[in-house]
Amino acid sequence: MLTLTPNMTRPDETYARLIAAHDGLTEAESHAMNARLILILINHIGDPQVLAEALRLARDPALAAV
Amino acid sequence: MKDFVPDRYAVTMRLYPYARSPDQDAGVPARHKVVVIGGGPVGLATALDLGRRGVPVVLLDDHEGTGQGSKAICFAKRTLEICDRLGAAEPMLAKGVQWNVGKVFHDDRLLYEFNLLPESGHAFPAFINLQQPWFEKFLHDAIVAAQAEGAPIELRGKNRVDAVTPRAEHSLLEVMTPEGPYQIEAEWLVVCDGARSPVRGILGLNFDGRVFEDNFLIADVKMKAEFPTERWFWFEPHFKSGDSALLHKQPDDIWRIDFQLGWNIDRAKEMEPASIRARVDAMLGPNVEYELDWCSIYTFQCRRMDRFRHGQVIFAGDSAHQVSPFGARGANSGIQDVDNLGWKLALVIGGQAPDALLDSYDIERVHGADENILNSTRATDFITPKTPVSKLFRNAVLSLAEHLPFARTIVNSGRLSMPCTYDGSPLNGPDQAEMPARTRPGSPCPDAPVADGWLLRQLGSGFTLLTINADAPPGLVLHGQSVPRLALDPTPEVAERYLGKAPSAVYLIRPDAHVAARWPAFDAAVVDAAMARALGKV
Repeated sequence: MLTLTPNMTRPDETYARLIAAHDGLTEAESHAMNARLILILINHIGDPQVLAEALRLARDPALAAV
Repeated sequence: MKDFVPDRYAVTMRLYPYARSPDQDAGVPARHKVVVIGGGPVGLATALDLGRRGVPVVLLDDHEGTGQGSKAICFAKRTLEICDRLGAAEPMLAKGVQWNVGKVFHDDRLLYEFNLLPESGHAFPAFINLQQPWFEKFLHDAIVAAQAEGAPIELRGKNRVDAVTPRAEHSLLEVMTPEGPYQIEAEWLVVCDGARSPVRGILGLNFDGRVFEDNFLIADVKMKAEFPTERWFWFEPHFKSGDSALLHKQPDDIWRIDFQLGWNIDRAKEMEPASIRARVDAMLGPNVEYELDWCSIYTFQCRRMDRFRHGQVIFAGDSAHQVSPFGARGANSGIQDVDNLGWKLALVIGGQAPDALLDSYDIERVHGADENILNSTRATDFITPKTPVSKLFRNAVLSLAEHLPFARTIVNSGRLSMPCTYDGSPLNGPDQAEMPARTRPGSPCPDAPVADGWLLRQLGSGFTLLTINADAPPGLVLHGQSVPRLALDPTPEVAERYLGKAPSAVYLIRPDAHVAARWPAFDAAVVDAAMARALGKV
C-alpha cells in the first residue's frame, strides 16, 4: 500500500536536498534528472500496486490545482 | 498472349510453375475440401500440415514461388519445432545462422550486452536467422516429399483469387490464371494472403489497430565483414544514419541493416542507392566493401481482425494479425496459427470432433495475437517515442542502463518471440499446482533429452499420454482417437520441466504439443473427460 501518512524524518532537509540537486542544471537537464530519479525510485518501490496508486494520485486533477 | 496474372514482383525461386488444371475445363465448378490462399510461409505450412494429415488441400498463389528480399529473417525455436514435426526443420537449421549475443548501444556507447543463454536440453536453438525465401523453399521441399508419399497436396501457381462468395456449405471462388478465369468451390477456405489480404478486402472484413508514424529502411548488404554473429541495436546512433539502427547477420554473407527514418521523409529519394549507401557507409565506416542486395522502406501497424474464423472461412498469419517487426513475432506467430489450426481442421473435416473445436482456434490465436501486439506495441513505443515526455523517459532509461542493471530490464529493442500459452482456453483441463508453471495446461511442451533422442520427436501427430513415474494403459482409444502412451524416465530435465515438486505425473498432450491437462496419476474417467474437453465436445 502506498504510504501517504508523513514518512520523512526531516522534511525540510529532504525538500532542500531535492531542490539543491537541481542546482546549476538547465531546464532540460533538470527534466532529465527528474526522469532518472523517478525511474530509480520506481525500481526501489518495485510493487506495481503501490506504483499504480501513486500514478493515479499524481494524475488526480484535484491535486493538480496550482 | 496476354498474361492475365502478371507478376507483381520478380519471382526468385520458381517452385510451383503454372500448369493447367482439369478444374479449368470442368463444366461445373470442382468442389474441394480445403483451399488455402497464399503461398507464403503460413500458406505453405498449412497445406503441408493438412496434407500430411491426409486432408486434401489445394493451395492457390498468384505467383509461382518466392519473392525478392529477405523479409522475415528470425525464426524462433518453437517455429523450428513445428517445422520439425512437418519434416522441414533440418535444412533450415543447416542453412540458418545461429546467434545468442545481442548488444545494445546508445549513441557511441555500449549500454550492455545480453545472451539469449538458451536453456540446455533442447533439440533446437533459441533462434536462427534465415531469409524468408529459404524458409519457404524448405517448406516446399517438405511438401514435395510429402506428395511423394501420397499426401493430397496440390499447389497452383499464378492462380489469383479475384472473388469469393460465401455460401451456406462452401465458398465459390473466382480464380484468374494466365489462360483466363475459372471457378472452384471450397468447403473450407484458409486465407493466408498476407497483411494486405485481398480476400479480407473482398469479404469486407475489418482490420483495425494502430498505425505507427515512422518509416524504416531495410538494407540487406552483402559483404565479407568480420563483424561477429550478434544482434547489434543502436538507439540514436553516433553515425547519424537514423533514430535507431539494427545490424544482424543472415546466411550467404548477407547482413540485415535497419534504419529508422522518421515520419516525414521523401520515400523516392531515400530509396535511391546513393542515399542508402550514405547511411550504410556512415554505419560501417570507411573501407568496408559491400553491395546492396535488397532494400525496402516500410511503415508498420499493430492490428488484428475481430475474429479469425468466419464460418468455414478461416484467416491465419498476417492476414489475421499484423505486428511491428521488433521481436520477430510475425512469421513466428503465423506458424503457431498453422500448428493450432491443422489438427483441429483435420478432426472436424474427418467428423471426429465437433465444429465448435474450430472456435477454439479463434479464441487461442486471438489470445496469441493480442500478446504479440502488446509486446510489439511496447517495443515500438520505446524505440520511437511518441511525445517529448516519452522520449525524455526513454533516454533516461538509456542513460541509466549503462551503469545500473535494473534499467536494462526496461530497455526494449524488441521482446523476442516466445510461444504462446493458452491460459483460459476452453480446451484446458485440470491442472496440478505442485507441477511447474511452464507446463501448465495451455503451454507448449518444452523439449527435453530422453532415452530415444528428444521428447518432442517422440510425440506423434495426434494426442499423447505422457507419464512419469506413473502407470497407464499402453495405448488408449478415447473418443475415437488413439492415444499412445509415452513413458519417460525422470531425468533432471524431464523432472524440472514436467514434475516440479510432484513425485509423478500424467499429461494429456494435444496434437500441437500443447498441454491439455495433467494429473498426479492416471484415472480413466478424468482422462476421458479431459479428452472430450480437448476435442471441443464440452
